[in-house]
Amino acid sequence: MSDETLTEAKPEPQQIEDVVIRFAGDSGDGMQLAGTQFTASSALFGNDLATLPNFPAEIRAPAGTIAGVSSFQVHIADWDVLTPGDSPDCLVAMNPAALKAHLHDLVKGGLLIINSDAFEDRNLVKAGYETNPLEDGSLDAYQVITAPMDELTKIAVEDSGVKGRATLRSKNFFALGLMSWIYQRPLDPVIEWIGSKFGTDTPVGNANELALRAGYNFGITTESFHKTFVIKPASLPAGEYTNVVGNTATAWGLVAAADKAKLPLFIGSYPITPATTILEELARHKNFGVKSFQAEDEIAGIGSALGAAFAGRLAVTTTSGPGLALKSETLSLALMIELPLIVVDIQRGGPSTGLPTKVEQSDLLFAMYGRHGESPLPIVSTSAPSDAFDAAFEAARIALKFMTPVILLTDGYIATSSEPWRLPDVDALPDISVPFASVDEDGDPFLPYLRDPITMARPWAIPGQAGMEHRVGGLEKDATTGNVSYDPDNHETMTHTRQDKIARIADDIPDVSVHGEGDELLVLGWGSTYGAIRTAVNRITRKGRPVAHAHLRYLNPMPKNLGEVLGRYKQVLIPEINMGQLSRLIRAEFLIPTVSFNRIQGQPMRAREIETQINKLLDGEDVE
Amino acid sequence: MTDTARYQRSDFQTDQEVRWCPGCGDYTILASVQTYLASLDIDREKHVFVSGIGCSSRFPYYMNTYGMHTVHGRAPAIATGIATANPELTVWVITGDGDGLSIGGNHLIHALRRNMNLNILLFNNQIYGLTKGQYSPTSEVGKKTKTSPSGSIDRPFNPVSLALGSEAAFVARTLDMDRNHTIAMLKAMHEHEGAGLLEIYQNCNVFNDKAFIDLTDKDTRDDNRIWLEDGKPIVFGKNNEYGVVVDHEGARVIEVSDVGLDNVHVHHADNPNPSVAFALSRISQGPYGPTPLGVFRNVKVPSYGKVLEQQIAAAQEAKGPGDLAALIRSRGTWTVDA
Repeated sequence: MSDETLTEAKPEPQQIEDVVIRFAGDSGDGMQLAGTQFTASSALFGNDLATLPNFPAEIRAPAGTIAGVSSFQVHIADWDVLTPGDSPDCLVAMNPAALKAHLHDLVKGGLLIINSDAFEDRNLVKAGYETNPLEDGSLDAYQVITAPMDELTKIAVEDSGVKGRATLRSKNFFALGLMSWIYQRPLDPVIEWIGSKFGTDTPVGNANELALRAGYNFGITTESFHKTFVIKPASLPAGEYTNVVGNTATAWGLVAAADKAKLPLFIGSYPITPATTILEELARHKNFGVKSFQAEDEIAGIGSALGAAFAGRLAVTTTSGPGLALKSETLSLALMIELPLIVVDIQRGGPSTGLPTKVEQSDLLFAMYGRHGESPLPIVSTSAPSDAFDAAFEAARIALKFMTPVILLTDGYIATSSEPWRLPDVDALPDISVPFASVDEDGDPFLPYLRDPITMARPWAIPGQAGMEHRVGGLEKDATTGNVSYDPDNHETMTHTRQDKIARIADDIPDVSVHGEGDELLVLGWGSTYGAIRTAVNRITRKGRPVAHAHLRYLNPMPKNLGEVLGRYKQVLIPEINMGQLSRLIRAEFLIPTVSFNRIQGQPMRAREIETQINKLLDGEDVE
Repeated sequence: MTDTARYQRSDFQTDQEVRWCPGCGDYTILASVQTYLASLDIDREKHVFVSGIGCSSRFPYYMNTYGMHTVHGRAPAIATGIATANPELTVWVITGDGDGLSIGGNHLIHALRRNMNLNILLFNNQIYGLTKGQYSPTSEVGKKTKTSPSGSIDRPFNPVSLALGSEAAFVARTLDMDRNHTIAMLKAMHEHEGAGLLEIYQNCNVFNDKAFIDLTDKDTRDDNRIWLEDGKPIVFGKNNEYGVVVDHEGARVIEVSDVGLDNVHVHHADNPNPSVAFALSRISQGPYGPTPLGVFRNVKVPSYGKVLEQQIAAAQEAKGPGDLAALIRSRGTWTVDA
């Protein structure tokens, strides 16, 4: 092939507004890495994007099986995307199991990139194929591009110093190179990353770069490809952006909160999927004075954090569903002794071990009521990776101002997915520091349960401060002196006091705002359904049907104007990745009928599903 | 105590009525602790007492220091947070055989192995007192209680053996009624860097009276108290006629005249190998018959809190103080123009 024909073989890239790409392969194939790097170069290119990693709970599930398939979906666009996309336009399948597990999601006519080397008899049987889909015509509805990725990678990395079967580990970079050519992504950011991760001129680094370039060049030199695509940079609001993963943003929000509270940060946590990466991220930032403590269990995680709070630190514990259950008893103590504490719950599929790596919104009622006794707590939620920084900061602000534990609800989707985040001006973040108690000038004894008249917060005196030595504990406190009290009336007073204190937080949070039009239908959501709801509402609005969206950051207490907002609409639809938990709270609180739309599949809510339900309601039909 | 002492015992007493049963061994321990603290030149506000649940765990309410009465079994975990957050504090954990060895066993062993800067006082009365008399993890086999009417079939823990097996760097045992020895043990533990466990045989005169009678009755006590003194041969008895030898079989009690004083084991609490201390701890499986009292093990290991402070200082030295604006840009950024 001459250079001339090469040029001819390369068509003009087709300009598209957005594309949803899913990388799928065996969990040992490095698909998370390929997807993450594709995302990173797209971000640096200036596209808007949203991602959805999806991997098995097992680190190495049996190779070649459906159970062992790991995938990474990314939605890149020249416009403001809010979701990782409902269905992929392009699927990369590294083996038959990946194809079998994901083909049904690919849009008809979509682009299918296949590693043909993996489609041999043994793998076909493991995936449950009776005939080879590459040969039996079952893929005729798609644009199929096959490449013998094992073989080509082996040849490409011959001179790298990597030998034997280890050469195949670079095939994810071959796939990444090929995808970078099809979607016209620059290779430089990936090569730079390879250098920083594996070192320059190391065998593994060399192999990965060679495989990356080989994949890219495979795109240029083969005639398989009739077109390539380009997605222009998105017209996002002006500012400086980074591509942030939800758990990282949560961790950074906590570091920022500690900085603005002028307190050292303490995190006591036990590793649990998908919360662990917050502990990992914070453990790296000792130069911020962050003390991270990996506890012996979930109970010691919150216990150590509560101890640190007593000692006057901004204290955090992070967990996921089963871990929240274990923390419940100490959380009750924390609210009894009224100390600031942030409990981050990354909701995942439950009950029990459930779906550890998948998303669910099913801890809302547990966060609300999952404690013994009358034990109200504020609940703050986050709606997206780009919102997690603010949500974590806000949880800390409330905890400190009201001297209370706060539960921050995020979920497995927000935790692991990423999107562009417009960086805040950190100097402009509010000061959220609260003064420690001081000794009474008139010599009156220190009363640890004497309250601020507005916030009802009790004073925070910490060990080391002279003249305010005091004891706190789980036994009921006298409302005035803070001493142990078994008095019946006092217990009732204190029960109301604890409730009123949390209720007063409503005076300190913003009204819920409404996006959209009309008085027919309000879609009310919370948490990670934000992107899907907003996308669905925008699509329907564009088609001329009026519909509105409100999204709750504060689940307890709820914004003061919520009742009035709900009352403006004939119907209220609440989509949730649970059996209708917010719906129950809304019905109980406001005595209005709500329509629940629930999906519990361990996957993020899809915009199309919500769109369908909205249309049904607007047409006077029942939702599913 | 000299006239120049900064504090009196009363400085550590609170206005709260002490509500243990009359005759409870906890009163003596409280007095010993208050006396010891008053003898120190440490600001009162720098002491923190943390307890779990149980009779002993009411202790913080009676100490005029900072205190937390927490969740059953969780005191070592909560105290870990306090000690880690602020290494300048002196943190005391008050626990019992049920609180510390049953529901809270996990936290106790991990606090010990990490050498957290905690002084742990384990009041062992071999019974559940606050719930009115059920067998505990240190009750003897065959003990008849309300929940073991046919006799307990649980094999008990030996708290000193457990602590030694948990990599504890300081382990000691004392008796509630021996205030001088208790205070000596408190001092040795407090002066040790990191986690210490002091088992205190504490008499529950209501639900398990005379559990330690072998060690307390004036007719039997001299023949049953094996005092461990650093650098000295382990001999005991009214006339020091008994001793302890340690060999490949373990540690056992002998008559000194049978082996000669030169062959009696000389105690070294700072022995880096915990095996000998463990062997000593196995001489008795409870306060029955000759039982060692004193410091079993006292070795130098850097405390968790101190090493963490060093890591933080090293990180700040290497990277400079935290820069929030740089942190949020650490994964690469791009700019969208207006």
